[in-house]
Amino acid sequence: MDLLTELTILVLAAFVGFEVISKVPNTLHTPLMSATNAIHGIVLLGGLLVIGRADGLLDNVILVIAIAFGTINIVGGFLVTDRMLEMFKRKPAKGEAAKSGERERAGVGV
Amino acid sequence: MSLPSAFSLQDPDFIRACYLAAFPLFILGLRFLNHPRTARRGNAIAAVGMAIAVAATLLDREVGDYGLIALGIALGTVIGVPAARAVKMTAMPQMVALFNGVGGGAVALIAWAEFRHYGGDMPLDQMIPTLFAAIVGSVSFWGSNIAFGKLQELIPGRPIMLPAQQFVNIALLVGSVACAVAIAAGSDSEALFIAVLVLAALLGNMVVLPIGGADMPVVISMLNALTGLSAASAGIALDNVALIVAGIIVGASGSILTNLMAQAMNRSIANIVAGGFGGAPAGAAATAAASEGRTVRQTDPADAAIQLAYARRVVIAPGYGMAVAQAQHAVRELMDELDKRGVEVDFAIHPVAGRMPGHMNVLLAEADVPYDKLKEMDEINPEFPQVDVVLVLGANDVTNPAAREQPDSPIYGMPILDVDKAQQVIIVKRSLNPGFAGIDNPLFYKENCALLFGDAKEAVSQIVSELQAL
Repeated sequence: MDLLTELTILVLAAFVGFEVISKVPNTLHTPLMSATNAIHGIVLLGGLLVIGRADGLLDNVILVIAIAFGTINIVGGFLVTDRMLEMFKRKPAKGEAAKSGERERAGVGV
Repeated sequence: MSLPSAFSLQDPDFIRACYLAAFPLFILGLRFLNHPRTARRGNAIAAVGMAIAVAATLLDREVGDYGLIALGIALGTVIGVPAARAVKMTAMPQMVALFNGVGGGAVALIAWAEFRHYGGDMPLDQMIPTLFAAIVGSVSFWGSNIAFGKLQELIPGRPIMLPAQQFVNIALLVGSVACAVAIAAGSDSEALFIAVLVLAALLGNMVVLPIGGADMPVVISMLNALTGLSAASAGIALDNVALIVAGIIVGASGSILTNLMAQAMNRSIANIVAGGFGGAPAGAAATAAASEGRTVRQTDPADAAIQLAYARRVVIAPGYGMAVAQAQHAVRELMDELDKRGVEVDFAIHPVAGRMPGHMNVLLAEADVPYDKLKEMDEINPEFPQVDVVLVLGANDVTNPAAREQPDSPIYGMPILDVDKAQQVIIVKRSLNPGFAGIDNPLFYKENCALLFGDAKEAVSQIVSELQAL
């Protein structure tokens, strides 16, 4: 792909990023930061491809570490985000089952 | 992009088609994070997108030795999964910093390996993004580690200033970029490339060290955005569209989030990065306060319980102290106990209470406190004069009236919770030490305020048992 096409994709994707994020409520900022953090773990793909060109021990060591780092970023990132978001699930307490729907609706836009 | 006559899973077009399937999943996932009810699904959708992108890449003909890849992924899983499972909710901010850091580290290492492969022969449109990725990845890795160290209290949270700090930082940046330019100009020297990485590493350390702990959330968010940018840059170097798209989406979203967080503190990002916030002047102010002989009023759990029980409206303002003490479940009990007595209880959540935006919301949600009890700053501030008792639980800087009253205070202008406007304020705190920002809090000396010294969890549990005994 030529550089100009790549830059076009880059600029358009940047605008998508701005648009998607500007609507997230404050309450979810920490999980959001954590989720986007997991997404940049995509660098793992770079490690997978570049190790194909590796030659020699040092190259392999550098890239195995890079792959491990990328994996930690992805796996850890998504898991931690999931754990945080699990907390937001409303478990209806005794006698509150009817009210919980209401509360969830009240949570809109918090 | 016509369909190949002999279709194969290893076909580059098939792999790109998989990437194409992954992008909407990332975008949809982030979109679902807009609402508490769909957020968890959003995270899962983004994770599926990532799984598709990784699986597709493994099919690529250029992919490396499967044994080595399995080794790397196994190592990462063995380290990452238990760490993510074991981390306490209170330690989330530093965990995010750490995960962000390894992402930056991966970018820097990949850039290094690419340089080792091509040397000075790399075409310029590949070399420039490679060098950019190396610098930014290295800054992000080391900066995140320092942020982790500060939040984990391995390194003092207070700003650490060196003489001529700004000059040193600029020199490091210029040095790193100069080495990069020499390489782009055709130098084949690996030593020079390592110099780029090392100077950028020093820069990452030096930029974050002087930043006080109170500003750390903004810094982590900024480093998150930087890692995204470096991943996008690596994508251009490697001609990989998945890296470009996912990286820049994180770069863009992270920048917006950083800006929102800085705005919540009424500070500019430049001002935060300059560092030193909450340094020397705060120490001077604290000493001055002590020499003025101002006194604080102390209270005990029994008194606090009586005050709370006979109030009509109580607002709880939690801060980092609630998080470290793991007091959220005790707080929920207190809420239930007061509910039973017909006391109206709400929570006042400062946008940056704790160490990250939304930190308190996550903890209170963990203890099953309903969302509609959590009031944002702008919503609750006009109501404080009608509140009978405010219970400040381990929050300090976000309730500090110096932000309104003392133009010389380092936090002057930062929006705060106006708890001092309530009828009575009970402050649960471990000691009179200034908060994370290292700034003295005149709130403690106000007439309507009383301090209850102790660990937030113990103090709240004691108040609950006193309430039950009433």
